[in-house]
Amino acid sequence: MDKRMTADEVAAELRDGMTIGIGGWGSRRKPMALIRAILRTDVKDLTVVSYGGPDVGLLAAAGKIRKLVFGFVTLDSVPFDPHFARARQSGAIDVTEYDEGMVAAGLSAAVKRLPFLPMRAGLGSDVVTTNPDLRTVTSPYADGEELLAVPALRLDVALVHLNRADARGNAQYLGPDPYFDDDFALAADRCFVSAERVVDTADLSSAPAQSLLLNRGAVTGVVAAPHGAHFTSAAPDYGRDEAFQRHYVACAKDPEAWPSFVDRFLSGDETTYQSEVTRFQEAAA
Amino acid sequence: MTTARRSESSDNGDDVTRAEVAVVACAELFRDAGEIVASPMGLIPSLGAKLARLTFAPGLLLSDGEAYLLDADGQVEGWQPFKKVLDVVVPHGTRHVVMGANQIDRFGNQNISAIGDHARPDRQLLGVRGAPGNTVNHRTSYWTPKHSKRVFVDAVDVVSGVGYDNAHKAGQAASRFHDVHRVVTNLAVLDFDTPDRSMRLVSVHPGVSVDEVLEQTSFPLDTSRTTETRLPDAEELRLIREVVDPKTTRDKEVPS
Repeated sequence: MDKRMTADEVAAELRDGMTIGIGGWGSRRKPMALIRAILRTDVKDLTVVSYGGPDVGLLAAAGKIRKLVFGFVTLDSVPFDPHFARARQSGAIDVTEYDEGMVAAGLSAAVKRLPFLPMRAGLGSDVVTTNPDLRTVTSPYADGEELLAVPALRLDVALVHLNRADARGNAQYLGPDPYFDDDFALAADRCFVSAERVVDTADLSSAPAQSLLLNRGAVTGVVAAPHGAHFTSAAPDYGRDEAFQRHYVACAKDPEAWPSFVDRFLSGDETTYQSEVTRFQEAAA
Repeated sequence: MTTARRSESSDNGDDVTRAEVAVVACAELFRDAGEIVASPMGLIPSLGAKLARLTFAPGLLLSDGEAYLLDADGQVEGWQPFKKVLDVVVPHGTRHVVMGANQIDRFGNQNISAIGDHARPDRQLLGVRGAPGNTVNHRTSYWTPKHSKRVFVDAVDVVSGVGYDNAHKAGQAASRFHDVHRVVTNLAVLDFDTPDRSMRLVSVHPGVSVDEVLEQTSFPLDTSRTTETRLPDAEELRLIREVVDPKTTRDKEVPS
């Protein structure tokens, strides 16, 4: 049972118009090597569900996104992603803007094979007015409360990046936060995991058992992707590359600088990307 | 008057800065809060929450901005990943969040999503983030370092945090736990303790006039009970200057 594949093989599984969920949170543990592989394909018209960071910015800049389901897009240490801002301000993408908790509830409903989950979040806000398809549900019990019915966010494909995985697809996070990667995995028909290191199954036991976030039953493919979250963080393997993120932001803000960023970092394969990043870091040091 | 109060409040005779007044005003948000999660967004609210925990609100639980709860000594005392925040902490309601606001209106509706038409904004901001859920589930306050008509607007462009009028209109499920507590700015402290839950000027910071606040606000404010924001006492000043913010980062957010 060997599920190892390459990032390009994962990207080749995507089809125009698919709904894909992307794990991580903001500029933290994003499956960036898989995102970079998608940028090298012709796939388009994706609906993307994400606690958004530079994954959203890069896909938007490349014209891959038709619709984004999101609660925020941020680079954390830099508040706004310039590409996402431009995509919104030019009307290039459609959005379903939810409260952060509604995104979680929508994924959770999909995981549980429920049509919706009730919650308070969203009521009274413009989440309701900007998403006129949202419906409420009235409690059948004595309280009679009218709650928001957050529809299931079912995904065709989920992409997540974890610290360790084995070739069977068991996958492990070693940092402080699992984010929503397990929900993304189970809300999707197929989940592809990139990992800092693909190790023997026995090596997964060197950390506490509760770090084993995904079992192989939820995972279709495994990609060995060292520094695969760069420039987002993948604690404890590495932190966010703040200098590189600032470079990304500076180039993304400047339409004249962006093509050279693409040319240098994104037009080659992942090996080229990582070696150019090393050169960038050495030049900055 | 201001000078006299200063010498009463701090024996060392130092001149208290506006930033220090704002930190104390943010600390006061958590008075008598008990053992709840305080989630201050932004620098001054974070300093305020830390000061409150070191003084009159020792029960506060504070996160490191990632997945850990840290005690006053910096020791990890809990695990609070984002999923736990959204699944449990917010809906359970034992939390007081202090959010920023790109816009806020008379009834406490807040916008951090976008400026202009939501379909194609003039300026995309963060997104609504957790503001809709926070405001209908637990106590929420706001901090803005630049009190101006651009922030204090007649109507916000995208209702992210829910105000009193919209919570009421949305019904019992939205208003049951809705509790927009206060707004702290570089000029003043405001709340919604009026019959129609519209904004009230609680206090102006020392050196700020009521008229100055009114000039920087697009809508009328109830000023019938307005007082002056209290100064830090000597121990609070020491804690701010020596323990909570020895590098004086507060002056960058609120220049004197």
